[in-house]
Amino acid sequence: MELLVASAVGVLTAAGIYLILRRQTFPVILGLSLLTYGVNIFLFATGRLAVNAPPILNKYEEIAYTDPLPQALVLTAIVISFGMTAVVVMIALAAYLSSRDDRIDMPDHPEDEGENA
Amino acid sequence: MSLFLIAALPFLGAVFPALLIRAGRNASASAAGLTTFLAFTGLMLHIPAVFNGEVVQARFDWLPGLGLNANFFLDGLGFLFATLILGIGLLIILYARFYLSREDPMGQFYTYLLLFQGAMVGIVLSDNILLLLVFWELTSLSSFLLIGYWKHLPEGRQGARMALAVTGSGGLAMIAGMLILGHIVGSYDLSVILQNKDLIQASPLYLPALILILLGCFTKSAQFPFHFWLPHAMAAPTPVSAYLHSATMVKAGLFLMARLWPVLAGTPEWFYIVATTGLITMLLGAVIALFKDDLKALLAFSTVSHLGLITMLLGFGTKIAAVAAVFHIINHATFKAALFMSAGIVDHEAHTRDIKRLGGLRHLMPVTFTIVLVASLSMAGIPPFNGFLSKEMMLEETVHTLWGGSHYLVPGLALIAALFSAAYSFRFIVHVFLGPKRSDYPAQPHDPGPGMWLGPAFLITLVILIGLFSAKLAGPMVAVAAGAVTGGNDLPYYSLKLWHGLTPALYMSIAAVLGGALLLKLHRPLQAAWEAAPRPEAKAIFDRLMHGLTKLAQLITDGLHNGAITRYAFVMMLFIIGISYYAYQGGTLAAATREVQNVGPIPLIAWFCLVIATGAVVAKHRQRQLSLVLIGVVGLVVSMGFNYLSAPDLALTQLSVEVVTMVLLLLALNFMPKESPIKAPNWVRARDGAIAVIGGLGASALIYALMLRDFAMPSISEYHLANSYKGGGGTNVVNVILVDFRGYDTFGEIIVLGIAALVIFALTEAVLGTRVRAYLLNRKPDMPQAGDAHPMMMVVATRVMMPLALMVAAYIFFRGHNLPGGGFIAGLIAAIALLMQYMASGFTWASERQRVFYHGIIGSGVLIAAATGLGAWFNDMPFLTSDYGYLYWPPLEKFEWATAALFDLGVFLAVVGAVLLALESLARFAWQPGMSTEHAMDINPARDDAPQQNSDEV
Repeated sequence: MELLVASAVGVLTAAGIYLILRRQTFPVILGLSLLTYGVNIFLFATGRLAVNAPPILNKYEEIAYTDPLPQALVLTAIVISFGMTAVVVMIALAAYLSSRDDRIDMPDHPEDEGENA
Repeated sequence: MSLFLIAALPFLGAVFPALLIRAGRNASASAAGLTTFLAFTGLMLHIPAVFNGEVVQARFDWLPGLGLNANFFLDGLGFLFATLILGIGLLIILYARFYLSREDPMGQFYTYLLLFQGAMVGIVLSDNILLLLVFWELTSLSSFLLIGYWKHLPEGRQGARMALAVTGSGGLAMIAGMLILGHIVGSYDLSVILQNKDLIQASPLYLPALILILLGCFTKSAQFPFHFWLPHAMAAPTPVSAYLHSATMVKAGLFLMARLWPVLAGTPEWFYIVATTGLITMLLGAVIALFKDDLKALLAFSTVSHLGLITMLLGFGTKIAAVAAVFHIINHATFKAALFMSAGIVDHEAHTRDIKRLGGLRHLMPVTFTIVLVASLSMAGIPPFNGFLSKEMMLEETVHTLWGGSHYLVPGLALIAALFSAAYSFRFIVHVFLGPKRSDYPAQPHDPGPGMWLGPAFLITLVILIGLFSAKLAGPMVAVAAGAVTGGNDLPYYSLKLWHGLTPALYMSIAAVLGGALLLKLHRPLQAAWEAAPRPEAKAIFDRLMHGLTKLAQLITDGLHNGAITRYAFVMMLFIIGISYYAYQGGTLAAATREVQNVGPIPLIAWFCLVIATGAVVAKHRQRQLSLVLIGVVGLVVSMGFNYLSAPDLALTQLSVEVVTMVLLLLALNFMPKESPIKAPNWVRARDGAIAVIGGLGASALIYALMLRDFAMPSISEYHLANSYKGGGGTNVVNVILVDFRGYDTFGEIIVLGIAALVIFALTEAVLGTRVRAYLLNRKPDMPQAGDAHPMMMVVATRVMMPLALMVAAYIFFRGHNLPGGGFIAGLIAAIALLMQYMASGFTWASERQRVFYHGIIGSGVLIAAATGLGAWFNDMPFLTSDYGYLYWPPLEKFEWATAALFDLGVFLAVVGAVLLALESLARFAWQPGMSTEHAMDINPARDDAPQQNSDEV
């Protein structure tokens, strides 16, 4: 189980990093999303993995609970990452509509704008 | 009146002139005048205490952890300066009312003036050097606004910038010096620092602290070699020059030197740095002033010279010299402010202040002539005016001063300076007012109304009275102020009187006056020689320096920040990997303490889905729509994974965020190219791939190692589990952490979310205001459009589902405290329910039915959360302490109430508002004219009109 989660984190991180290093806005946004998944799972997994032990208190019997703290952290992280994605998308869209170009690197000389970097 | 109030009044009052200007210029000026008058009266109420030698105090711990306390104190020195600042401020406010023309924005002027006044009063009343620094910087900023008040004049803007650059950088040096000083003493309170002379002077850090603090004082008080900014600041309106550059701002440096005199003065370092600088400045300013044709430039350099004089006296380090310095501060403020105002009157009435174009004004402007005559003679050091008294005290002191073994150097140079000083004072009278009447004045000069001459007239009355009755009028003031400067009441014997007998100072005075008259006689040839002589132009040097600095800054910025974001990301990734490797090298890895758990078939399948989908996203990222679908798969697997691994709250959140994000990305993609055609060269892709693989492996290994080991230290989670029900009244520990234990974090988070949504809204507004709008309106869809934009089935289904979805949201919300759910998830579900209406029935239709703006929803959410938190204060509990209890309302079952639920309501509203505002903003890009329709559906069985074309594609 641990290996599965760890490798999933690795795959998501690697894919995220690769896409962030692309040169147009949309892949970068996708990369950020993948990286967000990776980071969230990473954070979540710092509470160690447990199956069938949700941190909902049960007053009838003594049972084990998983660590609630990383869950609370990740919950806010998920919502914030939505806000971040939305802002980044908006900036990318505004930049594209203003210059009709969605490369993320600014051209060295504005006059070469037609060529690809 | 409390010192807090005196210091705060100008700041509070600064609002009124700007507001009252709508009621007319008199109202604006009266508001400024009344504020100043109130503060002045409050100050005067302290006269009995101050003249008894008491120190009035007001203390308030502001940031005790930093040593920054809002402590004020009022002693003789502070009283003297505060009187000058507020008293001359009153006269200036009166004068400016009549000086400024109809076109000048007077409300702004008085607001800036009061801000400046408040900052100055703050400096002289501060008992904490950090607080003093705050006010010090405020004077730099507010004087920038005042000097650059005439924004249309390039000289005004340049002068303001130069003043800010010079005094601002001096202020930075002073911050460092003050911090060192505070460090030596161990306290930032002036009253403590002033008691520790020996400690400070014995410290090895004394010299650095002294130099840094003096840099601040010298730049502010325009001492050589920083004197050049003051003449350029003369581009300001004359009331500003009269206020800032005669009585207040330039005296701030002197004030600080006087304030710290008890602990810094008396060492050879102090003497050689301060006295020498003062002497050079005094001489240089006096010489240059004689050759300036602009009246205000003449006065500016004369001010530089007099500031040098006072600096030199403070630098001597003897108590009697300090007395002379204090006395000259009073005298200089009176005659120089009067002269500045008179120069302004001449400029105002004759429309020029070029001495070469003036002359013979005495019959045309008799009142102004009288004022200038008295003030100038005082400046020249002619008895019986006050300038004579302090100048003679200065000359007397120079005679007793030994510089580098020479008895003659200081008095000799001081005599030359006094000579030039007399000469330029005479020049102001002779070349402007005496001589024949001319026929070519730019305007017909005449005396102004009393509003303009009353102020200077009052000041020259003081000049005469202090001159005649110095011991009675100025004596007590000088005594308490000088007592405060020297840090004790044991002042040496001195007497303020006109006749001291035949002293060397008297001979020097006579020599200076005669020599000055001679110099004026020879002015024409001297001026020609001066013009011909080469001399460094300070402004050119300053401009070159600034240009060089700008170039350097540009070079660094452009080198590091060249707009290639890919490169930034690459460097950042490389750095993260590097530093992680470094950290890994420095640590040890203990043996695993936890068992690996077994995997069932379903998690394995999910894992395959995730890995394949992620791989496909990377492989197919050029086809944007496809990659969006694939990333949705990743999100779903992640949600399921959370659910499986005992995190139902996370699963719910992830799932609903997933839906919203997808809609958002699809909306954006609508306007963007559907492909990413740009391909990096193969080696770049290989390089990025390598970085990515290394990063992924690192993350993977780290979390794997972490999961197989137990906590190194006890976790605080145990506390949360144990107290969730007892303290927070909820069994869903995650929710209780969010709304109770870590409620403050959540509070911050909903604010951030709201800000993000507002940023999106603002960006949309900004972008739609440009030519982008035209492009969007003319844009042809680049993909085939649905024949029926709003299918009946979907419209009906979403309408039916709306109440259901909202009920689910309510259910999720209310059970959140005890079972998976809560404000975040409920907010997302409610947002999706509303979103469905937009998607099914169209943006126009939905927004026409929108009753409340989303901004308001975000705001009310944040406010409700804040109000809940504040509620705890009424029960004497810290912010966001929650409470709960149980209610029994038959026939309902017993149920729980908790203030945390109210907080959660705030979270709910903020999330709903933020999500909808973000998506609605994006959707507005799609708006096209002609979309508005009263019918939501294109085809409606209840209607018998023909279906109409509708291109709403939201």
